[in-house]
Amino acid sequence: MNALVPILIDGLNYSAWLFIVAVGMTLIFGVMRVLNIAHGSLYAVGAYVAATLIGRWFDADLPAFGSFGLIFASAIGVGLVLGLVLEQGLLRFLHGRDEIAIVLATFAVFLILEDVVLLIWGTDAYPAYQPYGLLGTSSIGGIAFTNYDFSLVVLALVVGGAAWWALNRTRMGKLLLIVIHDREMAQALGINVRLVYPATFAIGAMLAALGGAYSAPMISVSPGIGVDVIILSFAVVVIGGLGSIEGAMIGAVMVGLTRAASVHLAPQFELFVIYAIMTLVLIVRPQGLFMRAQARKI
Amino acid sequence: MSAAPSATLAAAPASARPTRSRSPVLPITIGAVLVIAAGFAVPAWLLTILLFALFRAMVVLGLIVLLRAGLVSFGQALYFAVGAYAVGFLSRAGVNDALVRVLAGALAAGALGLVLGFLLRRYRGIFFAMLSLAFSMILYGLLVKSESLGSTDGFAIHATTYAGYAPDRSSERFALLVLSSVVAWAGAIAVALYLRGTLGRLAEAVRDNEIRVEYLGASVAMAVHVKYVIAATLAGVGGALAAMVIGHVDPAMAYWTNSGEFVFVMILSGSGSVFAPFLGALVFELIHAVATHYSPGAWRIILGSALLAAIMFVPGGLWSLMPKARRS
Repeated sequence: MNALVPILIDGLNYSAWLFIVAVGMTLIFGVMRVLNIAHGSLYAVGAYVAATLIGRWFDADLPAFGSFGLIFASAIGVGLVLGLVLEQGLLRFLHGRDEIAIVLATFAVFLILEDVVLLIWGTDAYPAYQPYGLLGTSSIGGIAFTNYDFSLVVLALVVGGAAWWALNRTRMGKLLLIVIHDREMAQALGINVRLVYPATFAIGAMLAALGGAYSAPMISVSPGIGVDVIILSFAVVVIGGLGSIEGAMIGAVMVGLTRAASVHLAPQFELFVIYAIMTLVLIVRPQGLFMRAQARKI
Repeated sequence: MSAAPSATLAAAPASARPTRSRSPVLPITIGAVLVIAAGFAVPAWLLTILLFALFRAMVVLGLIVLLRAGLVSFGQALYFAVGAYAVGFLSRAGVNDALVRVLAGALAAGALGLVLGFLLRRYRGIFFAMLSLAFSMILYGLLVKSESLGSTDGFAIHATTYAGYAPDRSSERFALLVLSSVVAWAGAIAVALYLRGTLGRLAEAVRDNEIRVEYLGASVAMAVHVKYVIAATLAGVGGALAAMVIGHVDPAMAYWTNSGEFVFVMILSGSGSVFAPFLGALVFELIHAVATHYSPGAWRIILGSALLAAIMFVPGGLWSLMPKARRS
């Protein structure tokens, strides 16, 4: 019982963080069939931009709660700019190439952005701890928890709810679902797939940047934060089934809770368990939990 | 396989027939001799680049065996690290002989590939890539946490001996070049012979349409499994060579970015010939060396741009640019 409360709460926080990052990746894959390795770089850029802006904001003694606005503004800004540049400048020309060539292209983008981040922000860590304490703390079972961590869970629920609402209750979302379901048929029905792509990629990029920007106050923003994000969101997305948003949610909760349990009970297996789960899920469900069966080519 | 219908294709021009009679042994032997000869002529820094290119090419040689069947493994770093750590364990046990080390790397990786192959042969496309990535990350996670193996620092490896002969410091690199070239020579010939055999030629058929291959009476699972074990073994050999060349093993060898670099070299090389990985690996190491030398802060920008350029403008790999390139 002693360990259960922190495991559940840490696991929930971690799941929320994983979901925000992974949902953008799964959305991009579902619509564009692009497994975006550069997702981790977008996360890192989002974190750096937010940390820099928060630092300036508090140096200038502006109202503290405005820093939350900065977090969202930097996520939207980074996602729009980098997302559109990457889609229009690169991925647009790779439509129709095989999946691995596209994965490799995003790997190249990841390599380039890693150095770009180093060139702009250097090797120093950027602390942006100020917003972390703003929401106060609360005590559960005698253990103090920071409310900022809980706000991350709220944010994940909002993101998940918004994604569900946008996909199922708006015209644009229904068009997206058609494209996810069958791209060729969607094109034949007159849906402008070429217009859907940049929009999807920009939204996915914003979600990656939001993950980074919102984490910036919780972590020390330093070089290399994007690398682990990539493989963690890979695991979540593959567990849930590539392209499935509800799958990403289940996958995030599975990975989050297991990792929290491992951190508290057997820390030496922290990285190991995440991939063990992914492997187990793929053995039982070769396409992930929520993947539709594919038609076989005869 | 082409013997039976040849009578009905008698009108086909001679050049259209597969050039089966030409043995791969001679050109590959010439290549290996040229590399060893280059070892006498080139400066020390280029010798190191040659060594790095040779062990990297061994891994990529395995990747193109898989690529012929349309499979891309994003986890070859797993077998690369297994081969390297096999050498590491031998070194700790006091075994420094080159042949034993290479064989141990090959056997350890091949055996693991045989076991994991039973699982991985059921997967295709992105799932094959992701599951192999997961296995390599499991090994990475274990290595990072094992303090007896030096955790993230890894550990150093004793210098290699050759059947009792221990080269001094001045000839050590050259001895490694001879070893790497001979191993690469054997590997390239084995792969070339395999690719022109029935099981090797089945690769394209598997890539195009698995159900038809099964109708024809061949086992797709078997063909994929054999390819997977070959790729694992070659990656293990590459890892063993790398451990001896670098003189050190660490968990980063199993990290996913390392797998990404192998796939990078594969894309750069193309799958047209067993020579392609060697050309691709050499170009990769040269770009890497020049980039880190002239702009240490931005070498990944240069490497990434080279990769993008290769994907955009040379989709068939560097080998497709060679005059009269044909599949061997």
